[in-house]
Amino acid sequence: MKFKTLAFSALIGLGLAAPAVAADEPAKTVVFRFADQGDALSMDPHSLNESLQLAFDGNIYEPLVQLDRNLKIVPALATDWKQTAPTVWRFNLRRNVTFHDGTPFTADDVIFSYNRARGEGSDIRTYVGKVKEIKKIDDYTLDFITDGPYPILPNVFTRWYIMSKKWCTENRAEKPVDKRKGIENTASFKANGTGPFRLKSRDPGTLTVLVRNLNYWGKIDGNVEEVDFTPIGNAATRVAALISGEIDMMEPVPQQDIARINATPGLQVLQGPELRTIFLGMDQKRDELLFSNIKGKNPFKDKRVRQAFYEAIDIEAIKAKVMRGASTPSALMIAPGVHGFDASLNKRLPYDPEAAKKLLADAGYPNGFEVSMNCPNDRYVNDAEICQAVASMLARVNVKIDLVAESKATYFPKILSRNTSFYMLGWTPSTIDAHDALYSLVASPGDGGQGQFNLGAYSNPKVDELISRIQSETDDAKRSAMISEAMKIHEDDIGHIPLHQQALAWGMKKSVSLVQLPTNDLFFKWVVLH
Amino acid sequence: MALAMNDATAPVPRGRLYRLWDSDFGYQFRRSPVAIVASVVLLVWLIAAVGAPWLAPHNTLDLATLDLIDARLPPAWLEGGDHRYLLGTDEQGRDMLSAIMFGTRISLLIGGVAVILSMLIGVILGLASGYVGGRVDAFIMRLADVQLSFPAILIALLVNGVLRVLMPRNASETLAFVVLVAAITASGWVQYARTVRGSTLVEKGRDYVLAARVIGSGRLAILFRHVLPNVIGPVLILATVQIATAIITEATLSFLGVGAPPTRPSLGTLIDNGNKYLYSGEWWITVFPGLALVMLVLSVNLLGDWLRDALNPKLQ
Repeated sequence: MKFKTLAFSALIGLGLAAPAVAADEPAKTVVFRFADQGDALSMDPHSLNESLQLAFDGNIYEPLVQLDRNLKIVPALATDWKQTAPTVWRFNLRRNVTFHDGTPFTADDVIFSYNRARGEGSDIRTYVGKVKEIKKIDDYTLDFITDGPYPILPNVFTRWYIMSKKWCTENRAEKPVDKRKGIENTASFKANGTGPFRLKSRDPGTLTVLVRNLNYWGKIDGNVEEVDFTPIGNAATRVAALISGEIDMMEPVPQQDIARINATPGLQVLQGPELRTIFLGMDQKRDELLFSNIKGKNPFKDKRVRQAFYEAIDIEAIKAKVMRGASTPSALMIAPGVHGFDASLNKRLPYDPEAAKKLLADAGYPNGFEVSMNCPNDRYVNDAEICQAVASMLARVNVKIDLVAESKATYFPKILSRNTSFYMLGWTPSTIDAHDALYSLVASPGDGGQGQFNLGAYSNPKVDELISRIQSETDDAKRSAMISEAMKIHEDDIGHIPLHQQALAWGMKKSVSLVQLPTNDLFFKWVVLH
Repeated sequence: MALAMNDATAPVPRGRLYRLWDSDFGYQFRRSPVAIVASVVLLVWLIAAVGAPWLAPHNTLDLATLDLIDARLPPAWLEGGDHRYLLGTDEQGRDMLSAIMFGTRISLLIGGVAVILSMLIGVILGLASGYVGGRVDAFIMRLADVQLSFPAILIALLVNGVLRVLMPRNASETLAFVVLVAAITASGWVQYARTVRGSTLVEKGRDYVLAARVIGSGRLAILFRHVLPNVIGPVLILATVQIATAIITEATLSFLGVGAPPTRPSLGTLIDNGNKYLYSGEWWITVFPGLALVMLVLSVNLLGDWLRDALNPKLQ
């Protein structure tokens, strides 16, 4: 017994010693240590549509077309594309590309990945467009045949990444597992992409290590050879880690610490506008709310109630106090900078608690009512604080909020299965086009990705019709007019309560140079450590 | 000492409190300044916590009274402070003093109930385990081993998951209380059981136990009248330490979203909240609740320490 224990600890000792030695030897490795407030929840690029996960996985996997530093569409695994007929898009694929395990990349992988991204368990159906059929012309040429004319198809193709058919089949990861059901498979922990970095090790919630892909088909601008990604949930700890030099970069910097970091020698905060819009959603579908004291009817079906909620929120106070000035109050579901943004519509209803009380009384709730509110506490800038502020503002119009604030690991599975009455969400249109926000957030939930993130199931047939026309309209002026019209109807209906666009704040060493995209994506291929 | 306690709890004509004051126990208390200060502090805390709805300057549980404009004001004596908020306000405009009073109330309630429950369970199982021995002992101790391998957080998530399904949908505030108490109790009883079992093993071989057996006392009588008073000392010490642990566990769970909602912050939630503002110079948001917790835990611990000495016949 004693001997066994000894032998066992000796084994452990050896195991521990080996990597320690290996880590000491190549002292020249350029390691970029990066911390975020949460983890990329899965390595499977199709399993959850969340910016951090898609951005992180986007270093390992690649789409057919991608966005460059200026958010312009550039070739990735497709070299060029054109419309050969109104309903046919032809993509020519890049040759001589291999996956990290050495398997060559071909058209079969694209077809496989497309079906995987569109199929059961996928959370990114909203990015696959409406494709009737994919025709394989040869190993490096594909035709995507759409139902109707679909001029923006390449734009929506930036967010479904290509996986290896062979690897997925061998690892029995043919289908993305539904994060909402809490299931995981091999692809959740391992990865095999074509991207500039490959996954070296993965310890969920603790440390994920990427190393540079030496066989990458393109040129990598940065000099990073290894990326150590650590989620640090506590904001103060994250700041401390940066100040102590334990990490090279972290985001988001809590607003209260921006001055502190800028004043520290060798550190800086890179601030910029973010395209993400934070909003509140309300269940407008069920006949009775899941979490409320009103039985037999759903108060949110009444526009007056939604308007009362809207007018009870003092967005300027949230901006001044909770966000310390670093937010742009918004009346629209998209940010300035997103294609289709119409400044003339960006006018919020006034903050007016008296009017809100009156609206509630008119709607039949003179004494208010109770409803639960779901909120993340580690996803958006000051998310739980915003929800608390909203809860106390609503309390002043007699609406009692039972606030449930929790980590995104439990929050997203809950609200994405529509298990909520009143919730907070943030959205960045990944195509940088209003259509994405309309299609994912505003359209009635329908087939495939339509309305997949319209969690309160706001529904207006007029808007739905406009959205499908926006999808196939090629004339930009007409298209913009339709976008504005749809936005206007949604705004008048108070389908959601937009709050604001938060500002990006990345804290980093001055010796780090990188590209800050307004989508809050960080691509390690652009990171240079001096 | 055990005898004195028994006397004090027996009905007597001159009033229990007087008898307690006049007893050995009372004498020792009067002679210990530490015990007196600690119990005064604790008493003040208890009054402040229990009386919060009447004594606190603001009712921080009533969200309608919070104003974001008042957020993050420094304590009244500093520049920019507001005389309405003696200890300043937090990021939601809550008066810190009132928030601490209401928070202590929640923390003490959860900590107290959880500790009492786990003590009850732990002591009974420990006594049974130590005194009966054999299979019962093996079973209870293996159960304890299994229990030790689950951290409180895991149990809380489990309890939370199960209860959310069973309970009505709109009861998350009551539910939070039940979940927290159940989780802390479930992870806390083991230590009591272990401690009591150890002491019981020692005590059961003592002459007085044999004597009690010889005169024909029943098992339960021996356990609770003779063994228990002699093993309870360490348990009380443990309980005082556990109250602190319980408050901290509660704070952790609240952060994870299974505990107290952020709109009804407990002491732990307040500290956790303010922690974020330490680097930015808004120290009062976390320092005051932190001090409150320190004072609370310290006075309970000092009292427990004194109790250990007072209850130990060998030290007299």
